[in-house]
Amino acid sequence: MKPDPDLVPTPSQTVGPFFAIELTTDEHCVRCVAGPEAKGERLWITFRVLDGDGTPVDDAMLEIWQADANGKYNHSEDLQPKALDPGWIGFGRLATGEDGSCVLETIKPGRVAHNSLQAPHLTVAVFARGMLKQLYTQVYFAGDASNDEDPILQLIPPDRRETLMARPDPARPGYWQFDVRLQGNQETVFFDV
Amino acid sequence: MDSVTTRVSIRPYARPPKGSQPLSLYEPYRATIKRAPLKPLIVLPHTLSQITGPIFGHEKVGGKDNDLTSQHAGEPLGERIIVSGRVLDSNGRPVPNALIEIWQANSAGRYRHIKDQHPAPLDPNFSGAGRTLTDEHGAYRFITIKPGAYPWLNHYNAWRPAHIHFSVFGPAFIARLVTQMYFPGDPLFAYDPIFQSIPDEGARQRLISKFDLETTQPQWAKGFKFDIVLRGPEATPFET
Ligand SMILES: [Fe+3]
Repeated sequence: MKPDPDLVPTPSQTVGPFFAIELTTDEHCVRCVAGPEAKGERLWITFRVLDGDGTPVDDAMLEIWQADANGKYNHSEDLQPKALDPGWIGFGRLATGEDGSCVLETIKPGRVAHNSLQAPHLTVAVFARGMLKQLYTQVYFAGDASNDEDPILQLIPPDRRETLMARPDPARPGYWQFDVRLQGNQETVFFDV
Repeated sequence: MDSVTTRVSIRPYARPPKGSQPLSLYEPYRATIKRAPLKPLIVLPHTLSQITGPIFGHEKVGGKDNDLTSQHAGEPLGERIIVSGRVLDSNGRPVPNALIEIWQANSAGRYRHIKDQHPAPLDPNFSGAGRTLTDEHGAYRFITIKPGAYPWLNHYNAWRPAHIHFSVFGPAFIARLVTQMYFPGDPLFAYDPIFQSIPDEGARQRLISKFDLETTQPQWAKGFKFDIVLRGPEATPFET
């Protein structure tokens, strides 16, 4: 059956170079995904966005969506039988700076139960000039024992799974690093959703 | 609790028809060349992480935020317009309470952004940013100024058709949409690789708003209609 042309989703267009006048003003950025009362292990993730030449992308916007420390989303369609942490927000929005990076403050998410238990992860949407539509990726935590059982990671060729691992910063406890490589040898895995 | 595997049923979202969305790489738009992934995307079965999403920014929307002509002491220069429409999902259901954020150039084609070097004047009475929420019928409305076309460096003598940038939050993180609304009859469409990046001609045309006499206000402002469709859940066989 041919879809009703009036109900085909509106095409995406790039955010362009000037989105900061609305989307990432100080007032509209959300640099912390968790309220001060949120339970769980508080951590900071430094994201760095790089293009196909390895040049930092200084005009990207990242949006983050994640579950609370118990693996529960702040959303009515999450029917898992567990309570949402009262301090939980779950959404972040950041703009990269001149060095292509930005720092997200959050709580390590718990495991979300779907058909099977997922490993702790954040979902990230990347927007920028030169990107006609957002790209989706997921951030996992290197060394987390549950990564081996994660159903999404199993869909990815083993040599590319590494690109989805945030790594702890050895110099600063609680700090993690995650590179978003839009293109190239170490290209981050992006998802067709 | 964490060790128990619970089966939670979810409704996956429908995927947009082929050609209705741009691909990441579209060489005529040069900035895509180094910013588009070249390895195959991994097809993701939808989980809770995709079909849930934020209720964002509601506390940030003020009463006059949808009137970009009233944010300063004086009236901005240019042609006053009313842009309105509805946000629906791909099943035709209205999307109420959706946050819409817009940003645009002023009537001379200049953005109030540090990196905009177009030698056209800024307008002290125009910031070019606004936001609103859809009502219970999915309807929204902005009052603004028709933006000017502006030059860019993509290729020799490149000009963007006049456009307003739209950012829309639907009910799910994968329904998130950032797009651009254009104006009917713009002679620059044929030369604009961003507009032309959408393969399907019909889908592309839907980014062009329509002049609307009904929402036009006499002696005051022209009306343009722009309806937005977000991805929605797959229809079950019991629905039509
Ligand atoms: Fe623009």
